[in-house]
Amino acid sequence: MTEHTGAVSTADRSPAPDPTDCLIEARGVVRSFGQTPALRGASVSVTAGEILAVMGPSGSGKSTLLHCLSGILVPDTGEVWFDGRRIDAMGEAERSALRRDHFGFVFQSGQLVPELTAEENISLPLLLSGARRAAALERARPWFERLGLDGLEQRRSGELSGGQAQRVALARGLVAGPRVLFADEPTGSLDSLAGEMVMNLLTAAVRDQGTTVVLVTHEPRVAAYADREVIVRDGTVNTLAAGRVGS
Amino acid sequence: MSVPLTLLGLLEREPSHGYELKRDYDAYFGRGKPLPFGQVYATLGRLARDGKVVAGEAEPGAGPDRKRYVITDAGAAEFETWLADPVAPEPHLQTVLFAKVVLALMLGRRAGKYLDAQRAAHLQRMRELTELKRNGALVDALLADHGLFHLEADLRWIDMTAARLDALAQAVSQPVPEVTGGSR
Repeated sequence: MTEHTGAVSTADRSPAPDPTDCLIEARGVVRSFGQTPALRGASVSVTAGEILAVMGPSGSGKSTLLHCLSGILVPDTGEVWFDGRRIDAMGEAERSALRRDHFGFVFQSGQLVPELTAEENISLPLLLSGARRAAALERARPWFERLGLDGLEQRRSGELSGGQAQRVALARGLVAGPRVLFADEPTGSLDSLAGEMVMNLLTAAVRDQGTTVVLVTHEPRVAAYADREVIVRDGTVNTLAAGRVGS
Repeated sequence: MSVPLTLLGLLEREPSHGYELKRDYDAYFGRGKPLPFGQVYATLGRLARDGKVVAGEAEPGAGPDRKRYVITDAGAAEFETWLADPVAPEPHLQTVLFAKVVLALMLGRRAGKYLDAQRAAHLQRMRELTELKRNGALVDALLADHGLFHLEADLRWIDMTAARLDALAQAVSQPVPEVTGGSR
């Protein structure tokens, strides 16, 4: 079992991780909110194509870790790398472009835009990237069949069930073909069956596209869809390894 | 729960008389089912025969139980192997996990790492069952669900226990009251 609590490093000459081994890496990330530390030297690496579950008790820092890995938050100290590029050293505009071009997101409750139809919601990342409306809608269309949403194209979020809305959110997260999907408790607001459907569709879609997934969840049944899990505890990351302790 | 391994764990803590082992076993692991003295001495006899413990010379004093038992290297190795090996992830493991956690805390070990190893073993089994659900027939899926829900219950217990390790360590470090009544 490896415990990553390494010293914080902010040296610019720190070598970039080999992207063939790992696509995203956090090194000694420290992040506080005011006087409250959320991450205290968190280190984790995610291999290209893998689904990594990030587990941990409430308040352990797992969502903060996801936000740092995805460039939503900048660490106070420590480094975050994506595909050989250091995210934490980027400006806001560059990070925003990185998120738009390479990352997809799914949150606990879909956070769909209520004024838009389901197909407009799914098209949104493409429209924000500058695609023409007709082309964006065209690329959104196959996702309705793929995620069992046929016939719901013109519905607004208020007219969708929780499970349907979450599948629309999943399609929105994947429609632009992101390298990485960041999912924060994607089934947290769903019952067991609806959650299972979302996870089955999520894993099938990302395997199909070769998308890397960072999946934050406190539910073991959801984590069981991942290839591997780590636990965030008191702001540091523990990598779980099956087998005898100390072996 | 394995009585021999639990007694070995208690002896790993410190050499003890049979009645001390019974007292501590009943306090931490008996859960309303005290260990009969006969079973304590029969178990110690078998452990001594197998070279896992040695009995000291009988000490002068009243009462039949005046031998202090000491764990051997072979006994300590067997206990260590048991403690470090995650239990096969099947439902209803709490008693075994509980014994491991309490003994680890008594011995000043980092009980959290044993819980982490068990958590990893459980999640690995849950991954296998999830894969079975995704690729198998509905009947297989229902059976897998049964296993998944039970394993999830174990994991919740593991999480709760992990969150309470400091308090539990304090609780097991308190001296256990002397056994009253009964024969030795």
